[in-house]
Amino acid sequence: MNLIKLSWKYLTFRPLSTGLNALLLALGLAIMTVLLLIQDQFEKKMTQDAAGIDLVVGAKGSPLQLILSSIYHVDFPTGNIPMEEAEKLAKNRLVKGVIPLALGDNFKGFHIVGTNYDYLKSYKATVSNGILWEKPFEVVLGNEVAVQTGLKVDDVFAGSHGISVGGHEHDQYDFKVKGILEQQGNVLDRLVMTSIESVWLTHDEQGSLDSTAMNGLSSHDHEAFQRPVAQTGFPHSDRPREITSLLISYRSPMAAIQLPRMINSRTVMQAASPAFEMVRLFELLGVGVSLLRGLAFVLLGISGIGIFIALYNSLKERKYDLAILRAIGATRFQLVILIFLEGLSLTLIGALLGVGFGHVFLQVLISSNEQSVVSGIQAWVFLPEELWIIAYALVVGLVASLIPAWTAYKTSIALQLTRA
Amino acid sequence: MLLHTSKLKFTHPDQPTLSFPDIKLDSKEAIVILGQSGSGKTTLLNLLAGLMTPQSGEVLFDGIDLATRSPQRLDQFRGSEIGIVFQKPHLISAISVIENLELANYFTKKQGQNLMVLLTELGIAHKANASVLTLSEGEAQRVSIARSLVNNPKLILADEPTSSLDDEHASAVVELLKSQAEKIGAALVIVTHDQRLKVHFSKFIEVSGT
Repeated sequence: MNLIKLSWKYLTFRPLSTGLNALLLALGLAIMTVLLLIQDQFEKKMTQDAAGIDLVVGAKGSPLQLILSSIYHVDFPTGNIPMEEAEKLAKNRLVKGVIPLALGDNFKGFHIVGTNYDYLKSYKATVSNGILWEKPFEVVLGNEVAVQTGLKVDDVFAGSHGISVGGHEHDQYDFKVKGILEQQGNVLDRLVMTSIESVWLTHDEQGSLDSTAMNGLSSHDHEAFQRPVAQTGFPHSDRPREITSLLISYRSPMAAIQLPRMINSRTVMQAASPAFEMVRLFELLGVGVSLLRGLAFVLLGISGIGIFIALYNSLKERKYDLAILRAIGATRFQLVILIFLEGLSLTLIGALLGVGFGHVFLQVLISSNEQSVVSGIQAWVFLPEELWIIAYALVVGLVASLIPAWTAYKTSIALQLTRA
Repeated sequence: MLLHTSKLKFTHPDQPTLSFPDIKLDSKEAIVILGQSGSGKTTLLNLLAGLMTPQSGEVLFDGIDLATRSPQRLDQFRGSEIGIVFQKPHLISAISVIENLELANYFTKKQGQNLMVLLTELGIAHKANASVLTLSEGEAQRVSIARSLVNNPKLILADEPTSSLDDEHASAVVELLKSQAEKIGAALVIVTHDQRLKVHFSKFIEVSGT
C-alpha cells in the first residue's frame, strides 16, 4: 500500500464521477489535438503542394476556386481557356516555366489530370513501378490511387466525366496504367496523371457521339491515338484547342507585380496567386478554428472546475478518512500529496484519453473523406506539442487540487474523530 | 514509567477550563478513565494521543514531553507507538480490510505484526479481502482494533469502545483489547462513561472535568 495506490483506489471508488471528469477533460484536449495536428500538417501540405508555383492562370471566375482546382485538385475548375492565349502568355519574358493542365474527369473520385512530364518534375516525383505515359490514354497513377483502387501496371479502366463520383462514364476508350508513382506525401498521391491529348481525345469522342454538329469533329482520327504525346510544353494540335489552366513560375520578382495585372486586365483569362489565395482561405477558416479552439478552452475550464468540485466534495465525505490517516501516522504533507496525486492522475488519464481521442477523431475524419484534401493528413503522427497538451492538462489538475489540498492540510484530527 | 501526565489543563473556546488528575501508567498496565458526557474525558484522550496540545501541564511518554516534538515527528511517533481505537470504526471504505491494515504499516514504515495472523485472532480473517462496506458493525470494530495493533504500539488508547454494545459483547471487546495489549506488551487506556467496565480493571480513575 502506498500513496499512489491509495489515490488510485479513491479514484476507482467513484468510477462515475471520475469517468465523467476524465471524459470532459479528454473532449477538450481531443479538440485541441485535432486542431494541432490538422493545422500543422495542413499548412505544411498546402505550402508543399504549391511549391514552385507562383501563379495559376485559368478561366475567369473565383480566384480561390482556380487555386483549389488547379493546385489542390479539390474544387471544380472555373472553365477552360483557349490554348492559343496560353501559348502567347508562355512566351512572355517574365515567365520562366509553364505547365499546362487539362482537368474535368475522374476515376472513382480521383481526378484525372492531363499534363506533361514537367508537372511530375516540378514535384520531383519518381516512378516506383512501370514507366511514364507515351501515347494517348496511357496514365500514371498516384500512389494512393493505386493502393485504394487496386489497379496495377497494364490494368485498364474507364474514367467518368466531372470531378466527382457518379458522372457518366467515358466508356468508349479505356485508360491504360503504364506506371505508378512512389509515395510523394503531396497532392500527386491522389491524382491520375496522363497527357493533355488523352483528355482532348476523350472529350472529342464524347462530342462526336452526343452531337455530331459540335465543332465539326465527326471525323475519326485513328492516327491521333497512336501518335506520341508531348512530353514538355504544349501539345501539338492542328485545330484550336482548349486547356483548363496554366501553372506559371516567374523569372524575376518583377513578374509578381506586372504579370497578374496584365493577365487580368488584357486577356480573357484570370491569374491567381496561390500564396495570396491561401492566406485568404486561412483567414476564412480562421473564424471556425478560433471558435473550435474557444470551445476546447471552455471544455477545459469546465473540466477543471469539475475536477475541483469532485475533489472538494469527496474531501467532505473523507474528512474522517484524512483524520484517520493522520492518526495512523500520515503527516500533513503526505495528505497534501495524496490529494495532488488524485487530481493529477485524474487529469493524466483525461489527457492521455484526450490525445488518443484526438488521433482517433482525425482517423475517422480522414477515412470518411478519402478523396478530399484531409486524406493526405496522417492521423498517427505524434507532435512534440502534444506533450504540451498533456502538461497543460496536468496544470489544470494541479490548480484544481490546490484548495482541496489546502483543506486536507488544515484538517484537525482531534475535531473530526472524537466529536461524538 | 511509560506514560506520566502532570497537571494537565485544557480550555475549549467559550467553556470553563478542564483540569485532569495525573495519570501514571507502566508498560503492560491497563487503566479505565471514567467520566460522564461533557466531563472532558475525550479531551483527555486527545491530549494523551498528542492530537491536542495541553494549555498547561505535560504528557510524558517514555520520559519525553509530547509537546516538544515537531508536528510532523509527532504524527510519525503517534503512528508507530500509539494505537487508537476510536468510538466509531472510521475505516477507509475505498480499500479492502487488509489494505486498511497495510496502510498503517506504510505510514510508519514498520513491518509490524503478521496481518493475517492478527485478523485470524480477531476472527475476521475471512473478510480480509472484502470491502469495508460489507462488514457488520461488530466486524468493523474488530478491524479498527486490529488497525490499532498492527504496528505493535507501546500504548493503546480506546475511546468508548463499548458504548453501543450489550453486556456480553461489551465484555468480549474489553477482554479482546486486554489480551491483545498484553500479548504485544502494550499499556491500555480505555476512556468511557460505561460503568460496567470497572469490573474488568484493577485500576481506574474518574474525570469530573473540574
